[in-house]
Amino acid sequence: MDTALLEQHFNEKIDQDIRIEPKDWMPDHYRKTLIRQISQHAHSEIVGMLPEANWITRAPSLRRKAAALAKVQDEAGHGLYLYSACETLGVDRDDLFADLHSGKAKYSSIFNYPTLTWADMGAIGWLVDGAAIMNQVPLCRASYGPYARAMVRVCKEESFHQRQGYEIMLTLCNGSDEQKKMAQDALNRWWWPSLMMFGPTDKDSKHTEQSMRWRIKRFTNDELRQKFVDVTVPQAELLGLTVPDKDLKWNEERGHYDFGEIDWKEFFNVISGNGPCNKQRIEARKSAWDNGAWVREAANAHAEKKAKRKAA
Amino acid sequence: MQDQNKFNYIIQQADNCLILGQRLAELCGHGPVLEQDIATTNISLDLIGQARLFYQYAAELQEEGKTEDDLAYLRDAWDFKNVLLVEQPNGDFGKTIFRQFLYDTFSCYFYEELMKSSDERLASIAAKSHKETLYHMKWSGDWVIRLGDGTEESHNRIQQSVNELWSYKDEIISVNAVDQEAEKAGYGVSLELIKEKRNEKIKAVLEEATLTTPEGDYAHKGGKEGTHSEHLGFILADLQFLQRAYPGNEW
Amino acid sequence: MNKNWPLWEVFIRSKAGLNHKHVGSLHAADADMAIQNARDVYTRRNEGVSIWVVESTNIAASDPADSDQMYEPAKDKVYRHPTFYNLPDELKHM
Repeated sequence: MDTALLEQHFNEKIDQDIRIEPKDWMPDHYRKTLIRQISQHAHSEIVGMLPEANWITRAPSLRRKAAALAKVQDEAGHGLYLYSACETLGVDRDDLFADLHSGKAKYSSIFNYPTLTWADMGAIGWLVDGAAIMNQVPLCRASYGPYARAMVRVCKEESFHQRQGYEIMLTLCNGSDEQKKMAQDALNRWWWPSLMMFGPTDKDSKHTEQSMRWRIKRFTNDELRQKFVDVTVPQAELLGLTVPDKDLKWNEERGHYDFGEIDWKEFFNVISGNGPCNKQRIEARKSAWDNGAWVREAANAHAEKKAKRKAA
Repeated sequence: MQDQNKFNYIIQQADNCLILGQRLAELCGHGPVLEQDIATTNISLDLIGQARLFYQYAAELQEEGKTEDDLAYLRDAWDFKNVLLVEQPNGDFGKTIFRQFLYDTFSCYFYEELMKSSDERLASIAAKSHKETLYHMKWSGDWVIRLGDGTEESHNRIQQSVNELWSYKDEIISVNAVDQEAEKAGYGVSLELIKEKRNEKIKAVLEEATLTTPEGDYAHKGGKEGTHSEHLGFILADLQFLQRAYPGNEW
Repeated sequence: MNKNWPLWEVFIRSKAGLNHKHVGSLHAADADMAIQNARDVYTRRNEGVSIWVVESTNIAASDPADSDQMYEPAKDKVYRHPTFYNLPDELKHM
């Protein structure tokens, strides 16, 4: 079959919402787009472990400690599912790690912000996971089968993450003055970076149009961002916290909240490596990987010896 | 308090679980490979779960209206009765593994005996924990073998950890006054019995791992009496920070 | 010699009586480790009672390009299905 015909067949499947599976023919550009998006997503999960892992040992109760551990562990699991999905496209996980460690690969810029107080564990669960879920739920219907299936598993597991975050915030907001201050401070610092998680505005998003066409993406960045603001503002009110945006206002006519301009200069700065923790995050991942090299080699060597002994 | 000795006996094991669980929690996000990161976190979660069950029971026995968190967060180093082994730093993956293996070969046989405790509550905590530690011992034992048998580098590294930790292996099966009274009263276990099984298991795994059993049987002690290594103070500073900085709050 | 641990496909039986079902994949140096990793990664929420692992390179798969010749011919063999046969409504126990 010639390429034009294959492509036509591929596009028909996309239009009919028939999933594309690993061995099916797919345009090169579709494969590359998927590898980029899925690996970025996987990197975000495992880099995203770090800011929260930072507070596991300091969690203020054993119940919170167990929940935090389970949550951060889930993120390792989600990274793993996503790397696996990516590997079905013919790339090796080790190569994806190499791209992350060299700075070539991107991950969600939110994880380059520091976690300064315990309330940040609440804010991350509530806002960052909230934004992530909003991004991820539509991906359960992404056109690439292994990606969609990984996302189904991820979304199922994530449902407790946002709840545990909100519960932390709620407890703080019902607590002492200092605790309330902690909660407000966390919201102040995480609000705008959370809005940035949806990516550049639609007019500046270079991948959106093609990704929508291929049904890798189902909603635009701005649509999802608006939805996030609409559901999160009442949640902040319930906590008795103030969203740090003086332009935030309910717009009766639109049936949505209007909100202020995002500081895109900051966004692009963080993405290009100038966030408060970019270097530390990559360094932590790289050193875990490098320090583990002898362990991985040992396991391989032992497996080979064992196989030989069995054969002998 | 109805039974001070029972309280002390439970606290010894609760503290072992918490401190080792806390040590492993430090590693979350920094494992040598994703799959093993998840595995060590699972063990950490099991240990913290066990610690909670023991603390909850201890707090009830204490009859002072305290909670598991009061016991974990508001006691100072001298009140902690964990063995020195579990507070040793994680070191490289080999050291983490061998520390874990030394602990698992104790806890697995300890729970096996504690399941027969005359105290039903202890017996039931032990039954649940035993299943978990059986898996831990398999996991850490397999890794000792893998690293010992693997490459020259891994062999040398884990041999060094074996040598370093060897003097910390026996405190956990040494009998103190609390253990004695607990065994006599029927709710505690015979550490002598555990010692034999444990030593056999360690020997078998070291052999399969082609590792050398270190000479000498000197044992560092003190943890079970509340005299710790310098490490514990830092562990507690980390663990207890929020409860100490903002006393009396709900979290 | 720093090579990737091989990839394994993981199949889990969620409860007695059901088939093992493919749930995903992971990396492990050998089969024992693959089973342990599968337990740690894929059964954290009580998802299973039994695990199979198969090294991915050992799976032989049909080629999607052959789909037409492989699967189309079965489509018109309606007589393999019970509804193909016309029987009176009065007939019971069949």
